[in-house]
Amino acid sequence: MALKLALAGVAASVAVSFAAVPALAQKSGGTLRIYHRDNLPSGSIHEEATISTVQPFMGVFNNLVIYDQHKKLNAPDTIVPDLAESWAWDAGQTKLTFKLRQGVKWHDGKPFTGKDVQCTWNKLTGKDNDDFRKNPRAIWWHNLKDVTVNGDYEVTFNLNRPQASFLSLFASGYTPVYPCHVSTKDMRTNPIGTGPYKFVEFKRGESVKFTRNPDYWKKGHPYLDGIEWKVIENRSTRILAFVAGEFDMTFNADVTVPLLKDVTSQAPKAICELVPTYVSTNLIINPKAAPFNDAKIRKAMALALDRKAYIDILSAGKDNISGVMLPPPEGLWGMPPEELEKLPGYAADIEKSRAQAREIMQSLGYSEAKPLKVKVSTRNIAIYRDPAVILIDQLKKIFIDGELEVIDTSIWHAKVTRGEYSVGLNLTGVGVDDPDVNLYENYSCNSERNLTQYCNKDVDALIDKQSQETDTAKRKQLVWDIERRLAEDLARPIISYGRAATCWHPHVKGFVLHANSIYNNWRFDDVWLDK
Amino acid sequence: MGAYLIRRLLLMLVTLFGMSILIFVMLRLVPGNITDIIFDSAGFVNPAQKKKIERQLGLDQPIVTQYISWVGGLARGDLGYAYVSEKPAIEEILPRIPVTAKLAVLALVFSVLFGVPLGVMSAVRQNTVLDYVLRVVSLSGLSLPSFWLGLLILMAFVHWFGWIPIYKSDTGSIWHDLALLSIPAAAVGFRSSALVMRLTRSSMLEVMRQDYIRTARAKGASEPAVNYDHALRNAVLPVVTIIGIEAAFLIGGLIVTETVFNIPGVARFLVEAIRWRDYPIVQNLVMFIAVVVVVTNFIVDMLYVVLDPRIKYEE
Repeated sequence: MALKLALAGVAASVAVSFAAVPALAQKSGGTLRIYHRDNLPSGSIHEEATISTVQPFMGVFNNLVIYDQHKKLNAPDTIVPDLAESWAWDAGQTKLTFKLRQGVKWHDGKPFTGKDVQCTWNKLTGKDNDDFRKNPRAIWWHNLKDVTVNGDYEVTFNLNRPQASFLSLFASGYTPVYPCHVSTKDMRTNPIGTGPYKFVEFKRGESVKFTRNPDYWKKGHPYLDGIEWKVIENRSTRILAFVAGEFDMTFNADVTVPLLKDVTSQAPKAICELVPTYVSTNLIINPKAAPFNDAKIRKAMALALDRKAYIDILSAGKDNISGVMLPPPEGLWGMPPEELEKLPGYAADIEKSRAQAREIMQSLGYSEAKPLKVKVSTRNIAIYRDPAVILIDQLKKIFIDGELEVIDTSIWHAKVTRGEYSVGLNLTGVGVDDPDVNLYENYSCNSERNLTQYCNKDVDALIDKQSQETDTAKRKQLVWDIERRLAEDLARPIISYGRAATCWHPHVKGFVLHANSIYNNWRFDDVWLDK
Repeated sequence: MGAYLIRRLLLMLVTLFGMSILIFVMLRLVPGNITDIIFDSAGFVNPAQKKKIERQLGLDQPIVTQYISWVGGLARGDLGYAYVSEKPAIEEILPRIPVTAKLAVLALVFSVLFGVPLGVMSAVRQNTVLDYVLRVVSLSGLSLPSFWLGLLILMAFVHWFGWIPIYKSDTGSIWHDLALLSIPAAAVGFRSSALVMRLTRSSMLEVMRQDYIRTARAKGASEPAVNYDHALRNAVLPVVTIIGIEAAFLIGGLIVTETVFNIPGVARFLVEAIRWRDYPIVQNLVMFIAVVVVVTNFIVDMLYVVLDPRIKYEE
């Protein structure tokens, strides 16, 4: 198996070098103009967990490997070389060695070496003094023992145990390589990378600008002279500006389903693709807050959910009813509808489920005359409030009288972390369509991002088991077993996965929108403007 | 007059001192601080890391110590460090002030240039068709939400006619900057001009009923001389007051206008800084606005002396 993987890594690097799109079609020059929807918190991808940072700044960096920017679906077999030319596992599947590209320079002219890779992962695992102010994906590397370098151009990642999709973690837009010689503070305000675009300036509330890296290691790339992001916080203004031709492209997933019709009617030549955002609308129930520590009440709540109503109201039926993993066809690990229906709360006959839920509530002493009063907390922004209102309506059907409690967006996570809520409506984004990312981040006992602090040692053991399973079919079954357990435990039940559109004008060429992640295809090194 | 000026100056300082305490305390009463925001964008909270950042930013200090540190810095011209951008606060604030200043001045000019003459015309032609039309226009100015008006203007001028782009900064020419700002300024000035127009009209109507106006006409003064030299001169004091108040509160209207028209000014930046609990930015900006309001009120009071020689500020 190790030999196969090693050969795959070598083959991939050879394939990429021969698979270059014919150079004749592309035109060099021009600045890609995109609007940004809000003020990004900082330029440091490793310290943020928002598309607001990844999308503009991914072009500044390279990863060790990356998901092919020209393939719609992110999958293990679409991982291609980036700063690593090849890679190989040892026989025990616990050492992953990367052979690094030579002659690559940081934007300040210093050479890229294996030390930079080691530095980056030391910061990610808390082994560096100048570590990150916040490290939202520390859990991704929980299985990493250390990183060793062998000369300037070979690094080895030493794991505690085999991990089948370890390589996938490197391919995400969230996993760039950082320079050793630049402090984490400077990386937030003036990032240096090896990528196709150099950071120029960031005027808060106004714009972020990048210019072409003339010394980029991929000769002939990028085609663009630069990329300019203009911050426009008002959605009406920015969509108007796009249809008026002031921008070449919208921000990712900014065109909601209701707006899509407007955009396509006012800019009929624009190319708009509606894809999953891999952001789920989910229910959080505080298991320590009485009476929700009673599993029966939680079960009744799960039975009350009419997921179809959510997606019909909020997205004209376009969103996906789903379990924890994104469902097919875009999701590689999700359960198909016939399997989902077997989960508690997913039955097609919603009235029957609700009747069952009412029986449970009545057995606990609740009724229409004597409902259970609860505050339904959510963040004070529309994409949270709207589904929360629907949730309250649905809970009413099973004698739960919810009152909407909107929490200022700035303190939402702090309140939830402290357990200052009973029932909440939350949204969660997933960086990579892989069970290791989703399950460890959101459901494992030790994760800081496990908002509900759900902890089931048996489920943790199952998560570890699937993580080590190299046979994809067997691994999928394990993942589905975990889905069933999580559904039974009511651990952050997923209501739906959203869909939204990204649009661009037809003169933007060479861009392919990924369909099972919003975080991984913003390198822009093959994008060009046909004007 | 000298004694009045000194007394007034001291009063201004006391007002600003009171404002500084109010701003400082109220900001800290709002739930959450910058560390909550920093972790919010990461989707989790690490209490130990949060405390570390609070220590680095001095937020663990007693509130009095933080206040003294801020005011002491202000006195030295040191506005502190912006929490979010990690740059000196002055580097964030200074470039934005001219943008908002230009927009505010243009909006005020628009409101005076349209409000006063239209108010005079409406009063002089009371109960005519012109009067009714102008009153309806002023009513629309007072009742149309500025964000909706702004979006309509954008739809028309950007999308349908293509006459203006979404705001661009640094066009290289002050006249080009002013031209770009004139349309958003008109959107915000429309409401102010409506208010000025209505007040000018009612003030003029009151003055025009006075005996000295009849005397001026009887002495053979022309209508323009009666309306402007005699009537408006006496009617203008309340109008000057309202213009002063509008100038001071313009910042509220500019927040919406800057957001809709995407103008990177101080008003929009302030709202964002409040959302981010970026204390150095919010405190300094609100103090700046307080200074503007206090100084504007002072200028308006001094204008009274110029406009009406009967008014004297003396013991």
